[in-house]
Amino acid sequence: MVNVMDLPEEEYIYPGTRACAGCGMALIYRIALKALGSKTIITVPASCLTVLHGMQGFCSTKISVYHTPFATTGASASGIRASLEDKGLDEEICVLAFAGDGGTTDIGIQALSGAAERGTNFIFACYDNEAYMNTGVQRSGSTPLGVRTTTTPEGKLGHKKNMPKILEAHGIPYVTTGIVSYPLDLFEKFKKARDIFGTKYFHILSPCPPGWGYEPKDTILIGRLAVQTGFWPLYEVINGKFILSKPSSKYLDPSKRKPIEEYLSAQKRFKTLSVQEIEIYKTYINDMWQEIKKRIENQE
Amino acid sequence: MTESNEKEKLTDENLMILTGNHAAAHAFRQAKVGVISAYPITPQSPVVEKIAEFVSEGKLKARFVKVESEHSALAVCCAASATGSRVGTATSAHGLEFMYEMLPWASGNRLPIIINLATRSLGAPWSVWTDHQDFITIRDVGWIQFICENNQEIYDTNLQAFKIAEDPRVFLPAIVAYDGYILSHTMMPVKLENQEDIDGFLPPLKHHINLSDISNVKGIDPVTTPNIIKRAEGTAPGYYEYRYTLQKALENSINIIKEVHDEYFRKFGRSYGNGIYKTVDTNDANTIILAMGSVASQGRIAIEKLRNEGFKVGLVSLKLFRPYPAEELREFFKDKENIIVFDRDIGYGYEGVLSYELKAALYGLKNRPNIKGFIVGLGGRDVKTEHIISGVYKALDAFKEGGFTNKTDFLGLNLEELKDYDESTYFKGG
Repeated sequence: MVNVMDLPEEEYIYPGTRACAGCGMALIYRIALKALGSKTIITVPASCLTVLHGMQGFCSTKISVYHTPFATTGASASGIRASLEDKGLDEEICVLAFAGDGGTTDIGIQALSGAAERGTNFIFACYDNEAYMNTGVQRSGSTPLGVRTTTTPEGKLGHKKNMPKILEAHGIPYVTTGIVSYPLDLFEKFKKARDIFGTKYFHILSPCPPGWGYEPKDTILIGRLAVQTGFWPLYEVINGKFILSKPSSKYLDPSKRKPIEEYLSAQKRFKTLSVQEIEIYKTYINDMWQEIKKRIENQE
Repeated sequence: MTESNEKEKLTDENLMILTGNHAAAHAFRQAKVGVISAYPITPQSPVVEKIAEFVSEGKLKARFVKVESEHSALAVCCAASATGSRVGTATSAHGLEFMYEMLPWASGNRLPIIINLATRSLGAPWSVWTDHQDFITIRDVGWIQFICENNQEIYDTNLQAFKIAEDPRVFLPAIVAYDGYILSHTMMPVKLENQEDIDGFLPPLKHHINLSDISNVKGIDPVTTPNIIKRAEGTAPGYYEYRYTLQKALENSINIIKEVHDEYFRKFGRSYGNGIYKTVDTNDANTIILAMGSVASQGRIAIEKLRNEGFKVGLVSLKLFRPYPAEELREFFKDKENIIVFDRDIGYGYEGVLSYELKAALYGLKNRPNIKGFIVGLGGRDVKTEHIISGVYKALDAFKEGGFTNKTDFLGLNLEELKDYDESTYFKGG
């Protein structure tokens, strides 16, 4: 495990971006770029990250960024990669696609699936703030059960789409989950992914103060609760092998997990959850961990 | 020719018998396109099949990204072009419409991408046969648009299109269209030029955007604002200024299109009118037929017959549809008496697009010619010589009584053959 001294001092994002106060994504992005370094080309669809990058004529990163229409993140990464291969620069340069949950699980899923199926050599990172935050908090396929958004005033029906599982089913060499609250875990994973050939998929939970309804100072805390309650297990799947990441490892034991109510009650978006829905969450988390447990046992 | 084992090779003079689709594929091979991305659709598919063959045999050292949709195909092309490669694709009808979002992205970014379009009608209902509806629907996205009449022209226009698109005074994407099946699947002799000569005509791309140069950090296409932004770091244009330069580049590209066409003629000995439109028997003609693609080809036969009957008829076959050569057409038509336009498309809710655009272009003339438009051959309905001749008769009769109208007039419709045809019940999806 890396420690904080291992992080490069070099920053690849200039200070004063247009991200909101307490933005989880901005921190995730910062850590990812530190891990990948300057020999990287980034592609970004319509998303909060477009806003972070600022206005035409001013680039808020020290790495080139190509902005692409919403549905095309996976395809644009394929295009950049194909051109690098055409120019013989393939081995040198890393291609990073960075999309929100809408651009990944909804409108972007086809192009991403195509790129993964073709074995495109790139990293796709989904920063998941669990709704269309940039357009004003509308529900996405990644919005959890019961969440109030501007298009689900009565609370969303059904659980969020399990995108890492979908990507795993593509047989790609590397799938992982991450969260802003464990930056060293995230850094290590990006570092590792850079050296793996093929499609690498990151699904990173990104707490969002205005969209989730909590104080900007609490982003890291909220993210930790997502892990500590077992709602968001951190893991890697490397060539099919499941590995529970260190911050999540102790939560295999249900008694170590904090009650899910601590996570849910800390956010206004869950405030209309019924008692039955909270029970559904408990079952959901239990089932998820049962599956993880079985998977680990079967591997041994 | 660099390959000595070409099976289709007929003579030592590089003459081959090729379909329109394969003529396009050979042009891509000889243009040394670096990245191709495509999705199959009838009647375009043989273009990309042939390219796949070239790539797998090592005759074209390109990356061929076989994507899951046309939307992705053009997205790959845009990103690869922005990374500095020469790129191209091919499509038809629904494929082009599915690309639609990416079309203004390519032109707005000033990416010199080439699309070959085997034209096909748009559903519903399904039809795999030709008309120009797909070609005309993209007229407002900022691409250069060519349409061809034979397979040699497809090959030649592709090579010119790369040179025009990549000219630093232009940097625009271009589309080369040709009628589905009529050209895409019909074999004709096509002369392929020597690779060294093509290389001399079309040097490697020097792109204005090149993401692969990582030392030159760029944020391509972030959000623009309605107004110019002034900050300590510098001044950035607004959206309005970007789009102004796009329009100016399109307007100016007409001169470069002519220039490249003339250079190609000097080098390879083949020309297509002035590179913008082609004329047949127009010098002494008082009546001119205007059409494009397959309709113009049929018009060539029609004017022969009409001339035998004593009509002083000529033909203008439009080759460049965008940028629309309004000034050139106004100059050409200023002394003509009658113009009859045949559209294999409709600006639905108005009339044939060639027809209404020409009317608008000629509005500034003091003595405006008579002008009438006809719709022909939608969904692959044969455009027969007799249809064009009957249109000419009908128009000349109408002109005697003024005859100006924007109403559509369909030739070759067969409503009388539909038993118990009733407009109110016929088209309910039955």
